[in-house]
Amino acid sequence: MAGRKGRKPLFEGSDWNFDTLKRTYDAIAGLASDRLGLDTYPNQLEIITSEQMLDAYSSIGMPVFYRHWSFGKRFSIDEQMYRKGYAGLAYEIVINSNPCIAYLMEENSMTMQALVMAHASFGHNHFFKNNQLFQEWSDAEGILDYLQFAKRYVARCEERHGLAAVERVLDAAHALMDHGVDRYERRSRPSLAQEELKAQERREHAQAIYNDLWRTVPVIPAKPEAGAAADGRRAEGGPPSHLGLPEENLLYFIEKFSPRLENWQREILRIVRNIAQYFYPQKQTKVMNEGCATFVHYTLMNMMYDEGLITEGSMLEFIDSHTQVVAQPSFDDPRFSGMNPYALGFAMMQDIYRIATDPTDEDKAAMPDLAGSGDGMAALRKAWAEHRDESFILQYLSPSLIRKLRLFKLDDNPRLPHMRIDAIHDERGYARVRRALARQYDLGSREPNIQVTDVNLHGDRRLMLTHRLHDGVGLDESDARAVLRYVATLWGYAVRLVGIDAETETTVYAYEVDGPG
Amino acid sequence: MNFIDRRLNPKGKSLANRQRFVRIAQGELKEAVARSLEKRTITDIESGEKVSIPTGRIHEPRFRNAASGGKRDMVLPGNTDFVEGDTIQRPPGGGGGGGGGGQASPEGRAEDMFQFTLTRDEFLSVLFDGLELPNLIKTNLKDTMVTRPMRAGLSVSGSPSNLNLKRTMRNSMGRRLALHRPRLADLSLIDAEIAAAEARGANESALAELREKRERMVTKMRRIPFIDPVDARYNRFTQQPKPNAQAVVFFLMDVSGSMTEAMKQLAKRFFLLLNLFLHRHYRHVDIVFIRHTSEAAEVDEQTFFGSRETGGTVVSSALKVMREIIEDRYSPDDWNIYAAQASDGDNFAQDSELCSRLLTESLLPVCQFFAYIEVYDERETAILRNEANASELWRCYRRVAPEDPRLAMKRVFEKKDIYPVFEELFTPQRTTA
Repeated sequence: MAGRKGRKPLFEGSDWNFDTLKRTYDAIAGLASDRLGLDTYPNQLEIITSEQMLDAYSSIGMPVFYRHWSFGKRFSIDEQMYRKGYAGLAYEIVINSNPCIAYLMEENSMTMQALVMAHASFGHNHFFKNNQLFQEWSDAEGILDYLQFAKRYVARCEERHGLAAVERVLDAAHALMDHGVDRYERRSRPSLAQEELKAQERREHAQAIYNDLWRTVPVIPAKPEAGAAADGRRAEGGPPSHLGLPEENLLYFIEKFSPRLENWQREILRIVRNIAQYFYPQKQTKVMNEGCATFVHYTLMNMMYDEGLITEGSMLEFIDSHTQVVAQPSFDDPRFSGMNPYALGFAMMQDIYRIATDPTDEDKAAMPDLAGSGDGMAALRKAWAEHRDESFILQYLSPSLIRKLRLFKLDDNPRLPHMRIDAIHDERGYARVRRALARQYDLGSREPNIQVTDVNLHGDRRLMLTHRLHDGVGLDESDARAVLRYVATLWGYAVRLVGIDAETETTVYAYEVDGPG
Repeated sequence: MNFIDRRLNPKGKSLANRQRFVRIAQGELKEAVARSLEKRTITDIESGEKVSIPTGRIHEPRFRNAASGGKRDMVLPGNTDFVEGDTIQRPPGGGGGGGGGGQASPEGRAEDMFQFTLTRDEFLSVLFDGLELPNLIKTNLKDTMVTRPMRAGLSVSGSPSNLNLKRTMRNSMGRRLALHRPRLADLSLIDAEIAAAEARGANESALAELREKRERMVTKMRRIPFIDPVDARYNRFTQQPKPNAQAVVFFLMDVSGSMTEAMKQLAKRFFLLLNLFLHRHYRHVDIVFIRHTSEAAEVDEQTFFGSRETGGTVVSSALKVMREIIEDRYSPDDWNIYAAQASDGDNFAQDSELCSRLLTESLLPVCQFFAYIEVYDERETAILRNEANASELWRCYRRVAPEDPRLAMKRVFEKKDIYPVFEELFTPQRTTA
């Protein structure tokens, strides 16, 4: 069957071979760079079997990873889900590396392979390469080498120190993984030479602006209380400044300052921390990343169809699969399990494209900069480069999309007998719905805010952690105590976690775990 | 862009992770496996097993927000008829009404039991972890040693069949490189050059020079052989002594009328466990099945477990058959002999005395271990728990037992007794005591 425009389609039927893969890839690549203006890392596509896909799952999709029992656990969960038919396998896994590695499953039909290539090798790939968070926080060039190093290092440690010893460190480090990332650039510690240079500059500046007149100004003697208070704090054992407290990267702090750890243990903590940091951007950009990839594959497949490069049969197969991916069940649907990042992301990307090219008056009022700018792809590329989920939703969730998804905000205040609908998709509610949805994607509010606030250096070396509760949401106690036990094994001494309500500054709870002795 | 076909790469990349996981969960798994054994039917004892274990040790804790408490809000899609300010009932179970959007629950959360499918091998290794055939190693020491060839590096001489091609070729290549032996490619290059020169009609002296050069190359190639005896490396083997793990196990079972189906099931279970255990731990174990009513016969495995018989009971007949087979085929000098007998103890009068005599005089002296399992009907449990009410045969054996540590006796009432009894019999500490 000839495609539209009378051109011969790239493939017919569901079978694939390397030749059709290559031709299809080239066609997609041409469209992606010419028509969508995508800028990607070079691609590497690997064909694997479903069993290998299950294997890949258990090491978070990475081709190499150190060994740990938790991956075996995950594997048996995935395997069971798959064998029972509760969950299909993902069509693809894509790795933020340079070259960008994507796995294609052997079982996929050719249409699905085309979809996966468009989705992973161009959509995700473009996002990885251009999004600012990824640029700043993850090293696509070095990740595979680093994982290789990590795997070898952990294996060597296992040989030298025993499985159990390495496992203890890894267990503890994994428990703290969510709190092992830097959210801001760490201030680099100035070298001695830099310090001296700075001091000299300061001296020169002081000399340059010296004015004898200031000497004549009468000096008010310093208030004695203030000095005493400062001394008192010192005497109480306030944190010395070289610890850089408060510190929210618990793994970093323990790695650098734990009095008990050996060097190899610190290195393992560092490995876990670096990997957590590598995945940190992905955690913050689920909606955008999937939205970008879904929008890209949808657009590319449609272009190919319009060009007559794929048949109507393939197009129908694609639309069927795509529709399942972007389905968003309503809140009262038994299938509902939260917002579907694919659905929300895809809808927002389409919406942005629409606003840029064909805005309504409402859009013009809501987003004057974007509306009618004319070039939809340019607007999208800008959004993909500059945002993470939270800021993206805050910036781009338009009233018309809120209406389309029929979003509403539900408040649950334990002091009231009922839950209350706070805002719906109307003029009064748009802003509140948008703000609340953005907050749902803010890692800062999703994960508890726990920091190292003090170390008792003069006494029992107890480590003090402070959890600031927002809206009175506490920690899961049994888990928290278990994590604290892990912290104590790493720290080597007692650990105390205090929950303080951020609004009232009152102490809500305090858990304490003794050191391992 | 490039495509890489990884389909032929080895699968099971996460096998090591799985092994670590099974090891971590070993304690819990062991309990779960023993529990699951009670529910299993005999036929599926060879298959894997799905077990549920508590998530104690394998739980991965994180600092995470509590599921309930505190002020929460969530954004949900698909509003149909709510307007601002509506109040609705909290869903039962309290709390946040399911994780909205940003609070997808991590896997394994709120699950106290973790379901896990063990493969057959994993199942057996957990089941039989730490169990050994008693006294086997001890006797081995006095037994003749068997030797077996083991790889032990390389040597410069050996039989051609042991030639290590890889090492030999590596040496050959190194020697050829070091001595600048011309390659075939070089030769064909110069041939082409000569041909070209001839075609061009180059002058004689130049041609002669080329030909001479070629001649030198050929000579050099002949002088420096492709493979020299110096290059050859052979795999070396040494004879490693290996303990003689040759053992024979006799299964004796009473299949007479007094044995009810339930009791046979118990006996079968015990034998099956033993059977699996032996097959797993020892490569060369002969198994002899003897079943008896008033007469005994050696049968194959199928008949032993499969068919039914009726009749009286003369236990000694089985012991006699066993003695004959030992004399015939299994000389105690070459074989470690084990036996397990199951019966309800309901024996023909006066035969029990004969049994204990047979046992003490001819069987126990040649056996490493003789296990006697007395099975009971579940309904008899209440009366017979007390050992004073044990059978005639039991009492006869009992008299023998204190003098001979090789005889072990156990009474089994219910399916769930089987595994603990089995474990007790084959835990090394007990049998050496």
